Amino acid sequence: MSTLRSARLSLALFIATGTAAAVAQGPSLGQAISASDIAAWDLTVMPDGTGLPSGRGTPEQGAAVFAQKCAACHGENGKGGISSALVSDRRRTSIDGAEKTIPNFWPYATTLFDYIRRAMPWQLPRSLSDDEAYALTAFLLAQNKLIGPSEAMDAKSLPKVRMPNEGGFIDRFPELM
Amino acid sequence: MSLTSRLASGRDEPESVAGNGLIHRRAFLRGGGAVAAAFTSYGVARMATAAPLAEDPSSLVVGGTPVPYEEHSRFEARVGRALSNPKGETRNFLARTPHQSSEGTITPNGLHFIVSWGGIPDIDPDRHRLVIHGLVKQPLVFTLDALMRYPRVSRMAFLECGGNSAPLFSPQPVQAGVQAIHGLASCAEWSGVLLSTLLDEAGVDPKAKWVIAEGADAAHLSRSVPLSKALDDAMIALYQNGERLMPANGYPMRLLLPGWEGNMNVKYLRRLKLTEQPAMTYWEAKVYAPVLPDSKAYRFYFVQEVKSFITHPSPGLAMSGKGLYEISGIAYSGNGRIERVMVSADGGKSWAQAALSEPVLPKAFTRFRLPWRWDGGPAVLTSQAWDEAGHAQPTRAEFVARRGELTKSLPAAAIPSQHNNSVCSWAVNSDGEVSHVYA
Repeated sequence: MSTLRSARLSLALFIATGTAAAVAQGPSLGQAISASDIAAWDLTVMPDGTGLPSGRGTPEQGAAVFAQKCAACHGENGKGGISSALVSDRRRTSIDGAEKTIPNFWPYATTLFDYIRRAMPWQLPRSLSDDEAYALTAFLLAQNKLIGPSEAMDAKSLPKVRMPNEGGFIDRFPELM
Repeated sequence: MSLTSRLASGRDEPESVAGNGLIHRRAFLRGGGAVAAAFTSYGVARMATAAPLAEDPSSLVVGGTPVPYEEHSRFEARVGRALSNPKGETRNFLARTPHQSSEGTITPNGLHFIVSWGGIPDIDPDRHRLVIHGLVKQPLVFTLDALMRYPRVSRMAFLECGGNSAPLFSPQPVQAGVQAIHGLASCAEWSGVLLSTLLDEAGVDPKAKWVIAEGADAAHLSRSVPLSKALDDAMIALYQNGERLMPANGYPMRLLLPGWEGNMNVKYLRRLKLTEQPAMTYWEAKVYAPVLPDSKAYRFYFVQEVKSFITHPSPGLAMSGKGLYEISGIAYSGNGRIERVMVSADGGKSWAQAALSEPVLPKAFTRFRLPWRWDGGPAVLTSQAWDEAGHAQPTRAEFVARRGELTKSLPAAAIPSQHNNSVCSWAVNSDGEVSHVYA
């Protein structure tokens, strides 16, 4: 660990926490890796679209993928099954989190793509192509009337989708952020 | 009159410090062994005269031989976690800690609570990697062998699911025990490498404000953590109570954020990405965002706030005749040490200060105890805790006023919302049975 790097980190610590904390010195055994060699693991998609891959999908394409890979748990056209409903016009009437739906709660459309790509289908995570993940995202947004019935989703269009509940949140501990 | 005879007499004694039989927290210490000997335990009938002693058959044969890794006595076979999804159906599963059969402050590794979103991965530690990238000077990959050479720290820390105590959102007291209500909290000694050491090696870009953590499990569970927490007391935990992490607790490594929402303590940690903004992952934007009565929702509810609950007695642990008992329970706060726990036996009309078993550590379970003479009549037992940051555990009325409650009661296993730290009360009836009540 160089003295310069220590000094920089101490400064970062000071800015971040308001205190100068001591950092233990390690043996520096991390191996350098390039961004391209991290790419297969870098699943993070930000609300501004950072991290979205190339590829594209339409609601029509998504309907076919959904019927094949998702409907067994989430029901025909996402109306719900052994897993939660993904298409719903239900309003929230209480504090029960079970009433949360994509249109009445999810603040960002990018989260749909991020979650589908990293975790779905439950039994075969990471088995979807990026085109399929875009198509499923488009299908669910269209079924919930959040985009037009034929609107394609890709790295450009998805971050532009505005979700109705984007402003419905209060950061509980802003002083810790 | 000695303390022992005063207690035995059942008269109005000076050691009584609050209504319905609560006795000063230091009475046992002052009374010494005689008071301890008069102690009645839960669920065990007390006989007036002991039977004559004789050799037990188990003492007359050569005993068993040790095994490399020992399980508890076969007579303790009923002690275990309560499983929400024992067949592994396609939904998350939970395993709840049995506080009613535990003592002290350390949760044995096999009893630590679990919330799993996609099963317990079978990770070969030699193949596991941790990558740090994003807004850093040099992206780095660490093998487990490499991390094992780094300077280590050890600390006690509780972990609590944001959804612990969720039955308390129901408008009527859900009839369930301390395991079903509060079993998604546990406490262990964790050892590992401070995250600040690794971030220092990678070189933090001054623009970075968040660290996006991700696991190697099927869900690739991911949460956004403020950089200030990552540089404060965050740890890459490798050991749990002296042994390597349990598979369901993140083997071979997990993120430990002492005092913060369990879900953020990402298990099977494989990736940390430094960013300017949070990622708004499914878990932070949708799941762990409790809805408020005005239909807005809290987001980034990082801290598990001050809480306490009584474990002894509790539903399922029946009283075994009137007399002297010890009320005991657990208190903790994500804001630091527990400063004080008050206990009531009359539903909150009068209170006595409980003794805190040392050591009282920050962001860790603290065991509280208080002697109680049960007169055989109805009682309502409640505890309320304060932490060193000055926060009080809210009463039920205070909590409901701020956070609301459900319109109808749900089964004990349901998690309709998160971050309920209101007080919890147990009623004891004249038959010695214990039930959950709102007081």
